[in-house]
Amino acid sequence: MKSAPLYVREGRAINEAKGSLLVAKGIPGVQYNEMVDVRLASGEIRRGQAIDVSEDVIVVQVFGGVSELDLEDSAVRYKGDTLRLPVSIDILGRTFNGIGGPIDGGPPVVADEFLDVNGSPMNPASRIPPAEFIETGVSAIDGLNALVRGQKLPIFSASGLPHNQLTAQILRQASVKGAEGKFVIIFAAIGISYNDADFFMGNLEETGAMARTVAFINTASDPVIERISTPKLALTAAEYLAWNHGMHTLVVLTDMTNYCEALRELSAMRDEIPSRRGYPGYMYTDLAMTYERAGRLLGKEGSVTIMPILTMPDDDITHPIPDLTGYITEGQIVISRELERKGMYPPINVFLSLSRMIKEGIGEGKTREDHNNVFMQLYAAYAEGCYLREISTIIGAEALSDRDKMYLTIADRFEAEFISQGEVRRTVEETLDIGWKLFAALPKEELKLIKEEFIEKYLPSAD
Amino acid sequence: MGKIWRISGPVVIAEDMRGSQVFEVVEIGNEGLVGEIIGLEGDRAVIQAHEDTQGLKAGDEVKGTGGILSAELGPGIIGAIYDGLQKSLTDLMAGGNEFLARGIKSYALPRDKKWHFTPTVKVGDTVGGGSIIGTVPETGLIEHRIMVPPDKGGVVKAISEGDYTVEDIVARLEKDGEVQELTMMQKWPIKKPRPYSKRQPTERLLVTGMRIMDYMFPLALGGKAAIPGGFGTGKTVTLQQLVRWSQTHLNIYVGCGERGNEMADALYSFKELTDPKTGRSLEEKEIFIANTSNMPVVAREASIFLGITMAEYFRDMGYDVLLVADSTSRWAEAMREIGGRLEEMPGEEGFPAYMGSRLASFYERAGQVECLGSPHRMGSVTVTGAVSPPGGDFSEPVTQNTLRIVDAVYALDAQLANQRHFPAISWLTSYSLYADSVAECWNDIVPGWSETRTAALKMLQLEAELEEIVRLVGPEALPEKDKLLLLVSKMLREDFLMQNAYHEIDTYTTPERAQLVVQTIMKFNDLAQKALADGGNVAEFRASPVVRKISRIKDIPNETVEQSIKELWAEMEISLVAQKGGVA
Repeated sequence: MKSAPLYVREGRAINEAKGSLLVAKGIPGVQYNEMVDVRLASGEIRRGQAIDVSEDVIVVQVFGGVSELDLEDSAVRYKGDTLRLPVSIDILGRTFNGIGGPIDGGPPVVADEFLDVNGSPMNPASRIPPAEFIETGVSAIDGLNALVRGQKLPIFSASGLPHNQLTAQILRQASVKGAEGKFVIIFAAIGISYNDADFFMGNLEETGAMARTVAFINTASDPVIERISTPKLALTAAEYLAWNHGMHTLVVLTDMTNYCEALRELSAMRDEIPSRRGYPGYMYTDLAMTYERAGRLLGKEGSVTIMPILTMPDDDITHPIPDLTGYITEGQIVISRELERKGMYPPINVFLSLSRMIKEGIGEGKTREDHNNVFMQLYAAYAEGCYLREISTIIGAEALSDRDKMYLTIADRFEAEFISQGEVRRTVEETLDIGWKLFAALPKEELKLIKEEFIEKYLPSAD
Repeated sequence: MGKIWRISGPVVIAEDMRGSQVFEVVEIGNEGLVGEIIGLEGDRAVIQAHEDTQGLKAGDEVKGTGGILSAELGPGIIGAIYDGLQKSLTDLMAGGNEFLARGIKSYALPRDKKWHFTPTVKVGDTVGGGSIIGTVPETGLIEHRIMVPPDKGGVVKAISEGDYTVEDIVARLEKDGEVQELTMMQKWPIKKPRPYSKRQPTERLLVTGMRIMDYMFPLALGGKAAIPGGFGTGKTVTLQQLVRWSQTHLNIYVGCGERGNEMADALYSFKELTDPKTGRSLEEKEIFIANTSNMPVVAREASIFLGITMAEYFRDMGYDVLLVADSTSRWAEAMREIGGRLEEMPGEEGFPAYMGSRLASFYERAGQVECLGSPHRMGSVTVTGAVSPPGGDFSEPVTQNTLRIVDAVYALDAQLANQRHFPAISWLTSYSLYADSVAECWNDIVPGWSETRTAALKMLQLEAELEEIVRLVGPEALPEKDKLLLLVSKMLREDFLMQNAYHEIDTYTTPERAQLVVQTIMKFNDLAQKALADGGNVAEFRASPVVRKISRIKDIPNETVEQSIKELWAEMEISLVAQKGGVA
């Protein structure tokens, strides 16, 4: 256990203040990235961080900005440590703000340990590949883009789409087979509206999931700088529960777009050279430091699974935020406006969606032996149907052959019966059986991607 | 020894550093973080820290190590997992380090392990730099050949067989009255290419087992290739397939700023997989460098140079080595990040102006060479780098700079990936300049490759043109011969180019088998065209059982495939001709 330092350093010589930065005279012993309290003349205290340290000067980034700060009567107090989260098993069921203070009216956590919120990278040689299925109860995910323990699988959405509803549904329904009692949710709200945060918390409470949840809430009206620390706190809590207590943690981070916006805002204040669309050049590394904390470790029972949610600005998947995220995460679930407009729920675009870990997480002993074949064949049939649908909009469905018309129907039925399920929970077996029901409408020769033995075993007789 | 004057991100400025050299490796602070001096101004040194600098203080000490960033080369390297600075991650794991704390240290080569050394030269022989003086059976697949370092050489004064550690002296040489002591380990600065005697043309085919590569856009041993593609297009799986099945002596996988879980997945799969030729574990011919995206960004820059240095070392022994780098874009971004911290004048999109030349200096270390010293031998380094263009847009600077250097490009296509056509290598935009230089080699394996390849590529090109029309008039409005072209090119795409990396048989295809499959599809085409002229129609061909059988060739084991395909040919002759009379 690391205890707080016995003394702090305080400096009064502030030479410059601008935006969110202040430049103070150098003090020996100040650490790079150390946490700082800035005391204003009025007595108000603001948090900050030493972002450039030298013998002569120390540059402090002040969270909340330097307004009302005067160079004469303000003081900078160096706390001798970087940001840490107090943890113990009692954090379960609690709600904290973006710097780890309790906001549920309860007492502060009696800490077993104070953990550095940045964590340390996992040794790649100590990792074990994720391979255990998490059932979300949503067909488009379980059947075609399965989530596995230790994976990081984001939801790419856009404003006005039902990503909150879908996330709440997943939180409500998700289960890990054989380890139900060890499953916990870490929920981090990053710069979302008060209403959205309230929706999630209400949902967790209603379903009785709150006792196995740890929440970190930073709403749109809270300080921007705390948006940077909120996901780090959530992941520190998750790592603690996973590696010290053997729990399977599902970390939901919403909305990572706000995190990236905060990163850009702070970077601009530091006068850094911007990269694409004004986002800092290190955004990839920064996001990776967050997402790569997911995984499983050799010899440890628990796991950290991350489900970040982000809204794509202007529905653009090539925007730097979804783009860099997609390069780090192991796939993505993409919500489609087009399907939403057709009245489908959940409106998941299965072509743009992908789970890189699906191969390891499905099959005999995990879901069902035919899962992989069903998954491949469903994709192939739906792709064929969508391709023909595109052609038929130009030449008319009448000009298509009978075989092609059959695929058109399959595509429609796939959307209506498989993807669109409403807020009901489906087991993975139910999901696969819906797939087989669709296959029954096709001639057997078309099922090229399915093993004969499965066709005999699972294909219902055509009706 | 000096002390820290300023810290700003990964850039540390130290004073009292007079006497240091540029690129010298230093240890910073109490934890001894590894850093590299990248500039000297008077007695101040600008240091790039290879580890997270959080918690450092002005005044902390900085120690020089006297040497520049070098790789340790010697027995014990194969099968290891290193980070970008060649710390052994397997050793750290064995020591209980599940997380990589800062300043953590480990030797690259085990110091206590003894290897059996057998000399291949005797006392009195004269050996020059690069000459092989003995061997160590490192793994069942690779014999480690101990060489005289390139800058040494002379008359052998002492050498003897026995069990040695990498630090023990195995031989003494004398030159001009000066005695040189040789161990099995040598050190080499990673940014300096290792010398060779002569470059050679790249004319030997690298068999990768991936049909679209080997057959359509073959790569040569000693070649350099890039795989650009947006996220989710299958770069990593493609590269992993390359290091799994490529018919080389040794493969090096550099995970540079990529995913930890995928790295773990690769590591685990190599433990289980066996080499198709020898039946031995693939681990015995692999080296891994894992600098995942959350590990220190500056070490990312070193990881690529570390990998290529190791590749050259094994090349110098006379081996064919394949290096894959996933991903060079992350490497370039590390340069950008560091350049930004150093307040360098940025070039295009914030990348440093020297990015192009740095990329070239890496790719140019590929090649086939005549090695230094005796005995006379040849070795090669083949380099394949993944490129991750932002937004999948190939016009961005890293892709464009890479395309200027490499001779083969396997462009991954998001459209294909969305349709789950894997490997999503586009046959319309990919190319290989080695197709001509390895043609002789290919035609030796299977006569007639050049012709069938050209015919198949042409057919796919015609299909792409026809697709435009189909989108306007629909497939049913086409004349029969065009419908047939669509059917046959679809077979080429789905039954030949598409390949399942997770399928036991389909994952690796020999050139001979690839040729049989293409011949089958071409034969189908010929027969169907004849039948068409005799009044058949494409709808009937499509329903023919041979179409389904062709699509199932993938499931036939290698032992019986030739027999099965010959039977299929016979069946095609009968069934496709029978259409003539309208009999199904």
